[in-house]
Amino acid sequence: MTSSRSDILVVGAGPAGLAAAVTAAETGCQVTLVDDNPHVGGQVWRAERETLPPRAAQWYARARQAKVHMVGGATVVYAPSPHELFAHSVDGAKKFQCEKLILATGAHERFLPFPGWTLPGVVGVGGLQALVKGGLPVVGKRVALVGTGPLLLAVGAFLMQRGAHVLCIAEQARRTRVLAFGASLAWHPRKLREAVKLKRATRPIPRQYSTWPLAIRARSQSLEIDLTRKPESAAAVTKTLECDLIGCGFGVVPDTVLARALGCDLNGEAVRVNDHQQTSIANVYCAGESNGIGGADLALVEGEVAALRACGQTIGRDLQKRLDRGRSFAQGLNDTYQLRDELRHLGQEDTIVCRCEDVPLEHLHPYGSFRDAKLKTRCGMGACQGRVCGGALAFLRGWAPDSVRPPYAPIPMEDFARMCADATT
Amino acid sequence: MDSRRAIVVGAGIVGAACARELARAGYSVTVLDSRPPGCGTTAAGMGHVVIMDDSPAQFALTKLSRELWDQLDLPDYGERETRGTLWVAADSEEMDAVRSKHRAYSDQGVDAEILDEHQLAEAEPNLRPGLAGALRVAGDSVVYPPTVVEWLLNDANCDVQQVDVTEIDDNIVTANDGTTLTADVVVNAAGNYALGLLTEPLDIHVIPRKGHLVISERSAGFCNHQLIELGYLKTAHGNHGETNSESVAFNLQPRATGQMLLGSSRQFGKVDSVVDPGVLAKMVNRAMEYMPGIAKLQAVRTWTGFRGATRDNLPIIGPHPTQPHLYIACGHEGLGITTALGTARLIKQFVLKEEPDIDPAPYASARS
Repeated sequence: MTSSRSDILVVGAGPAGLAAAVTAAETGCQVTLVDDNPHVGGQVWRAERETLPPRAAQWYARARQAKVHMVGGATVVYAPSPHELFAHSVDGAKKFQCEKLILATGAHERFLPFPGWTLPGVVGVGGLQALVKGGLPVVGKRVALVGTGPLLLAVGAFLMQRGAHVLCIAEQARRTRVLAFGASLAWHPRKLREAVKLKRATRPIPRQYSTWPLAIRARSQSLEIDLTRKPESAAAVTKTLECDLIGCGFGVVPDTVLARALGCDLNGEAVRVNDHQQTSIANVYCAGESNGIGGADLALVEGEVAALRACGQTIGRDLQKRLDRGRSFAQGLNDTYQLRDELRHLGQEDTIVCRCEDVPLEHLHPYGSFRDAKLKTRCGMGACQGRVCGGALAFLRGWAPDSVRPPYAPIPMEDFARMCADATT
Repeated sequence: MDSRRAIVVGAGIVGAACARELARAGYSVTVLDSRPPGCGTTAAGMGHVVIMDDSPAQFALTKLSRELWDQLDLPDYGERETRGTLWVAADSEEMDAVRSKHRAYSDQGVDAEILDEHQLAEAEPNLRPGLAGALRVAGDSVVYPPTVVEWLLNDANCDVQQVDVTEIDDNIVTANDGTTLTADVVVNAAGNYALGLLTEPLDIHVIPRKGHLVISERSAGFCNHQLIELGYLKTAHGNHGETNSESVAFNLQPRATGQMLLGSSRQFGKVDSVVDPGVLAKMVNRAMEYMPGIAKLQAVRTWTGFRGATRDNLPIIGPHPTQPHLYIACGHEGLGITTALGTARLIKQFVLKEEPDIDPAPYASARS
């Protein structure tokens, strides 16, 4: 087992983690940055054919310059304490020791169960982008994007650029709310520029608001999706589209596994932090989507704030202002794209909720908590340990996730035993 | 005529089994627990239905209980599988233990057979070569306790309420909001919490004994029996009453899901449920010594639980010494799943003043 010690360990190399690592290293701290992907950038700045997007490349260059020790392809699977973490990688187990820990573990997609959501060809909208970046050809493929939020537009633009025929973007939010949010971007010029650019890039894609999927069916060579549109003061209209791929994106869920394992308090689905990104556990900070969904720009600011505090520095007024602005933008974003109540009732009795263990909705009726349902139905007991169904059930039932125990991802027994034997806690 | 009323405190497997016995005897039963049914020690156990011969009293209770399990018409979701137990002997000394265990089982009419080195290797090809042999107890089985509890309670058609009980005074049960419930009969099956609820304490104590388990991804066919090293008898049960003792033993169980459930550890003097890495490392390493292939199985999840143990390692089953409406059923240590049914049968026989199926004296609440 390799072992390394640093002043600051940053888990997650997306925007928040990169900013945190660079900031801490530039103030003179020894920093290690670990991520389960081989490349930095996280989900939002995912590399394509070994090439990083420009913003990720800039941060990567700064991280190298500042001598950040970067460890890719290593998944943190056990943290006996905030000062001692173990990761699993292709070249074996790794141990990290640190004084301060910054969690920048990001978020994963929220899936909602509705008939057909588990069919082949139906994927998360972010997952679809990742697949295409990984080499899945989409030239000439008919794609429907359903769900909510700006990610649908970003992925729509990306897919068009790769030659896909994007048939529609079905946004569940009301048009009036999205427009009002758009108008509020006047206060966030950078966001406004991005939005305008995105809107221009996706102009050829038909966009429908107050629209969501009811069901997907498999045909011999394609998929068929029923979309319903429910304008505020009119009857719902349902239409059917034929397509080859469907990307679903009902927002993202903060990844709080490591934070919860360490005992950090949550605020709703996200890690609770104070004004300086400190969690409820001493020496543990959190930045980026894992402490609340707010996008890459806010994540960068939070990463910087977390790193400065972890290094014992003060937060300048300018940075504080950027943090406050970013949080107000995030608030508007989350309010605008809040999931509507109708989406709680899309699943049928036999619709699968837990894909790992094939648990249908009807099996969950008698239970009042995730733990009870898990013990009685196996929901959330599979390899993903509730990462997929947890996001759905938080929305459908308001269930908090069950407790976290090591290993946080499946690893061979021998590696797990080695980590346990090496733990000093 | 109104039926007589019973309250069972504790919705673990012991409470659920008692509730079912009393319901079948005509009682109207209410089950109280602060948590949903089967979510405490019951959910943390391995679910092994096994005959054990540490003492004649343990043998009698586990044997009676296994017979009752065989009579139970469990639905598929109880995940019962009768694969049998293999008590694995590492050397000739342990092989002697296999032979005396075989005699003890046979004398009591329990089917058991001795496997030699080759038969053992054939029965379990993933065990390391060179082990001396084993005792196969073919009638032992495994169940999935949380859903069994659910079935027992449904089958009893009893009223289950989520109530945090704070005190039991004979037939008066008090909840944390100050409300009280009374019944003709009260069964205290609150596991580790049971004795702390009594207004009239017992001389005997129940001490929580922490255990760890690890479960693997689906690996059907990796092993075929419940495997337990014979050393288990020396290590796992050998330290009664020592407050800081700690032991691990090889114990592997194939689940109906195809997953492998790996135990076991025993620690006194621990109260927090955090996974203890040192114990876990010893436990997995011990298992890999017996079954090297375990090294490559994917570990999915670990958890801990607390078995309520008495000093003589026998449960407390029977009437409270001074409170005539109150019955105690707790302190089952690592055998609660197996012995829940026998315990419930004895409790019913006490309540109805029937002739007990086995001598209940060793489990009396009046011992120390």
